[in-house]
Amino acid sequence: MALPARSTSSLIASLLLALSLPLAAEQTSEEAIAEYHAMFGDENPAELWQLRGEELWKTPRGPREVSLEACDLGKGPGVITGAYAELPRWFEDTGKVQDLESRLVTCMTTLQGLPESEVFAIKFGDGERKSDLEALTAYVVAASRGSRISIPLDHPAEKAAYALGESVFFYRAGPHDFACATCHSESGKRIRLQTLPQLTTKEGAQAAYTRWPAYRVSQGELRTMEWRLQDCFRQQRLPQLKYGSDVAIGLTLYLARKAEGGEMVAPSIKR
Amino acid sequence: MKTLESSRCRKMLLAVACAAPMGLAAAEPTDATRDITAIMKSAFEDKRQATLDRLDQDETQKLCTEARDQALPAVVAKKIAEINLATVKPPADGQYLGDWQNGEVIANTGTGLQSSDDPAKPNGGNCYACHELSPTEMAYGTLGPSLKHYGKLRGQDPAVLAYAWSMVYNSNSYAPCSNMPRFGHRGILTEQQLKDVMAFLFDPASPVNQ
Repeated sequence: MALPARSTSSLIASLLLALSLPLAAEQTSEEAIAEYHAMFGDENPAELWQLRGEELWKTPRGPREVSLEACDLGKGPGVITGAYAELPRWFEDTGKVQDLESRLVTCMTTLQGLPESEVFAIKFGDGERKSDLEALTAYVVAASRGSRISIPLDHPAEKAAYALGESVFFYRAGPHDFACATCHSESGKRIRLQTLPQLTTKEGAQAAYTRWPAYRVSQGELRTMEWRLQDCFRQQRLPQLKYGSDVAIGLTLYLARKAEGGEMVAPSIKR
Repeated sequence: MKTLESSRCRKMLLAVACAAPMGLAAAEPTDATRDITAIMKSAFEDKRQATLDRLDQDETQKLCTEARDQALPAVVAKKIAEINLATVKPPADGQYLGDWQNGEVIANTGTGLQSSDDPAKPNGGNCYACHELSPTEMAYGTLGPSLKHYGKLRGQDPAVLAYAWSMVYNSNSYAPCSNMPRFGHRGILTEQQLKDVMAFLFDPASPVNQ
């Protein structure tokens, strides 16, 4: 997991270059990402978030001065390998279906004793203000690379969350009448030159879901699924989606289930 | 607190919001649309101009939500078309065509009504997000049909202008559950902006018709 210093500094260089990368309007999103890879190879600045997340995971923090190594993400305390590929899932101790982000919040507040206000202080990073939640998410997600998404929907609450997510996906509202389905229920379509995944099919859902979270070149930030969903709703002209809400988790579960069997490659790079 | 909560739940026709922790949806809601609106409202919060009332659905949005991605039954399609055609207001002065240059700006502008947008600026129409228009603009989307040479192919017969006006004013008047926003009916674009977009489509000097 640890990265040699040479590689880290070149990653920082990539990051700085990436911020000034002109993503020409005449390029499709695939071409822009291909160009990025041509310039930087397989280096992904997401590794910087992963490294910081690993440190946050292993360092004793909070009033109880414990690390997150006893955090149960669904496969037993401290098991992170493959954990993200099986989330969201039902957790007996909280009596809730949780996604990775909301589960991390549970561990930080219950195990480490951190106040929720502190955990939520920076949900999404912005420039110098980096989010611990995004870093921890990157670290845990990377430990699912190569794992196949498995969402069996065994628990009734998981089935209910899936049904809710599906209803939300087709919910049309706002001044523009937009639903998730407006842009994501047909194959081979684009917004401007941005290719749209058809999330109602296995192929489309797998292609999209297995690549989130991602390092966003245009923002210079690592973004998680919670961020991705609330930004889709912003573009739908709807109000702010609450972090860790049943709608956010239901929609994530719906998409994960649609992507069943897909091999996780995240954190990836997006435009 | 608990007593209050359960008495509130008993009064609700729909048990869904109280049935399970975390507001998990019940498996068989009796009124899916009303249920889901309440759940949506509990999961969102106001952000600047994007307020919770935007989650309320009008009849068209409810019917289109229920249809999901399936073909609309003919009777539902007819009903939606009737409801929406009735909302279309022709231009007060009878002039359909405004300034194509301003129309081009509107077609290229993707902002407006998002929580992140400046409400003091005019809203965009974002036509290029979904439509091909000017042959020289290659960064167009494909969710909607190509509108290249729109006016050149159709001319300016009054019936043609009136139909196009209905489509930009309220797309659902002829295309029920269209992906296209109802720009006039929902107050996204002003009457003058709609005229300018119309001119971008129809004016022989507009790049669309070159």
